[in-house]
Amino acid sequence: MSDVILEARNIHKAYRMGAAQVSVLKGVDLKVNAGEFLAVIGASGSGKSTLLHLFGGLDRADQGSVLFQGKDLTRLGMGGLNRFRNRDAGFVFQFYHLLDELNILENVLVPVMAGCSVGAWLSCRAQARIKAQDLLGRMGLKDRLAHKPYQLSGGERQRVAIARALINDPVLLLADEPTGNLDSATGNSILEVFEQLNRDGQTIVMVTHDARIAHQATRTIQLVDGKIRQGLSEPNLS
Amino acid sequence: MLQLILAIKYMFKRRIASLAVLTVALSVFVTLVVLTVMHGLLAGWKDVNHALVGDCVVGTESLVGFAYYDELMTRLEALPDVAAVSPVVKTYGLFTETSTGYSNGIEVMGIDPVRHAKATEFARFLHYRSDQVGQVFDAVGDANRPGCAFGVDCVLMRDQNGEYPFSDFLWPRDYDVTCFPLTARGVLKRSGVGEVSTKRFTLTDTVHSGLPKNDDQVVYVALHEAQQLSGMDLPVPRISALHIRFREATTINQGTQETASVFEAFKQDCAGRNLAFLLDTVHVQDWKRYCRAMIAPVEKEELALVFMFVLVGLTTVFIVLVIFYMIVSHKSKDIGTLKSMGVSSIQIMGLYWLFALMIGSLGAGLGLGGGWLFLSRMNGVEAWLFEKFHFQLFNRAMFAIDEIPHDIDVSMVVLIGLFALVSCLTGALIPAWQAARLQPAKTLQVSQL
Ligand SMILES: Nc1ncnc2c1ncn2[C@@H]1O[C@H](COP(=O)(O)OP(=O)(O)O)[C@@H](O)[C@H]1O
Ligand SMILES: [Mg+2]
Repeated sequence: MSDVILEARNIHKAYRMGAAQVSVLKGVDLKVNAGEFLAVIGASGSGKSTLLHLFGGLDRADQGSVLFQGKDLTRLGMGGLNRFRNRDAGFVFQFYHLLDELNILENVLVPVMAGCSVGAWLSCRAQARIKAQDLLGRMGLKDRLAHKPYQLSGGERQRVAIARALINDPVLLLADEPTGNLDSATGNSILEVFEQLNRDGQTIVMVTHDARIAHQATRTIQLVDGKIRQGLSEPNLS
Repeated sequence: MLQLILAIKYMFKRRIASLAVLTVALSVFVTLVVLTVMHGLLAGWKDVNHALVGDCVVGTESLVGFAYYDELMTRLEALPDVAAVSPVVKTYGLFTETSTGYSNGIEVMGIDPVRHAKATEFARFLHYRSDQVGQVFDAVGDANRPGCAFGVDCVLMRDQNGEYPFSDFLWPRDYDVTCFPLTARGVLKRSGVGEVSTKRFTLTDTVHSGLPKNDDQVVYVALHEAQQLSGMDLPVPRISALHIRFREATTINQGTQETASVFEAFKQDCAGRNLAFLLDTVHVQDWKRYCRAMIAPVEKEELALVFMFVLVGLTTVFIVLVIFYMIVSHKSKDIGTLKSMGVSSIQIMGLYWLFALMIGSLGAGLGLGGGWLFLSRMNGVEAWLFEKFHFQLFNRAMFAIDEIPHDIDVSMVVLIGLFALVSCLTGALIPAWQAARLQPAKTLQVSQL
């Protein structure tokens, strides 16, 4: 399990706030191995989301590079980047970000539809539906397919979001505080879903500011002052 | 694919979308209805003017007329493009109804009814002798008494429904018509009874064209009677105008040009003759130019209306822009989410354009359909309103229209529909572009939510 899927090399990222320049990441080096469940912890505002956005190709670093399976994301064109976001990385957000107008099943199918033309969609629709239903079944939402997001609880919505992130079989699952908006019991159940996925071989990078949750991961790193501190790196240390 | 599904969902799940559709539908509806009515009024107006005048007029507005017209007629009739020529005397005078003594000013038109019916659609406007236009001036009973055909509003009053109280049989009514006979030099003739000439006519028919100017101040009499009354009979007969109809295949322009060159040649040939100077005031005009005083204001009005509805279109663009701007700013989180799943900027742009296209087509469809329905029912509704509540949009006692025009012009429908679509796409342009440019990382930033 030493295949490196994702590698960050000396990433710098700063935001301009009016006249001031706020440096958020100041030289992050990191390797994510295949099959790993990596937890990124850090105080609020320490740059965790920023880092995850760079991993997911949602933003570009000011300096340094992000390599996905050896390819530099910062050098991909728009087309390549969209393909990466669509096929290779799946994103789970703190606030679920489901589309209100679509039902649960349609929400899960969005990444499939996004990646193909009308013709291609018509030919692969049936298959994609079966797959989405299967995923939602695994999330315990078999009977909620036709429901709208607002009819679901927070935990259920997050499960839908996870199913959506997984629909295109991404190599990398990125989660930004997926339990941050949930009570602890529900949060734990979501965490179990991630653990189960990881056990089945899914590579996961999860951001959280909750150190307790981080203990479930195979490896934990901490973002402090824009850099990585390897303090909590061994699992089951507590 | 995603754009299509999302656009449909946005369309039917968002109330604001139905507002946009309603806005577009309303503008389209109003535009179609008003322009159709206006266009119909103008078309009807033009049609009647054309029908009354013929295709082309060689004439003068001077009250003394011009001479040698029979020679000019012969030349014009020889043209292969000319179907009919009708000599007309146009002068002014007074009429007095003999039984009541009622008297008023009037325009006197002298025509040869058979010729005139060939050169114009004069016969179409007659009430009694439409089918026997040759006998239009024949008085029943007294063969020596000349007949006359008054504009209908001179002798009958419309009721509220716009109907005239025609009887089956026209009771003989007599009118004295008085004109001021002028010499070719334009001075009053001192002949006969004095400086005026008066003649008694019997009403033999009415003329109902729908043009107020014609129907309430014109009397038609036989050509030679008008010539006598106006002094155009002697020593060389004169007339005011020749009305010409061209053959079916001849365009008005072409015919008018030919007529003009024949007239110019005629004028040259007449040089040196006694009354040649009268030809200097004669103009050759197609019917549109001849009637421009009647048509131009209405045409201007239509143009002004079209312009106003272009402004309505611009307002629609703006409303669509505002609505889309609201939708996009409301949906920036969704846009960020979609982009995080690999939806491209072009797809996002396409999504909003598709959405705009749907709003445009649905709005245009509803507006055009509603407009069509309204126009086809409008006259019925107006009649019903009148029956029930005595409400009338156009008081028929005043307005010379039978029904409100409602013939829909297909090219106008297509144009308005296209304009609505373009308006929506234009309105959505900037918001769609803005949506496409949104940075996913920025919109998904927690502090932004
Ligand atoms: N798009 C942005 N523009 C300006 N400042 C930003 C932007 N995104 C993040 N920041 C700032 O960068 C810092 C790190 O943000 P973030 O990565 O969201 O932290 P975390 O997820 O660890 O709470 C914060 O101070 C935040 O305000
Ligand atoms: Mg964060």
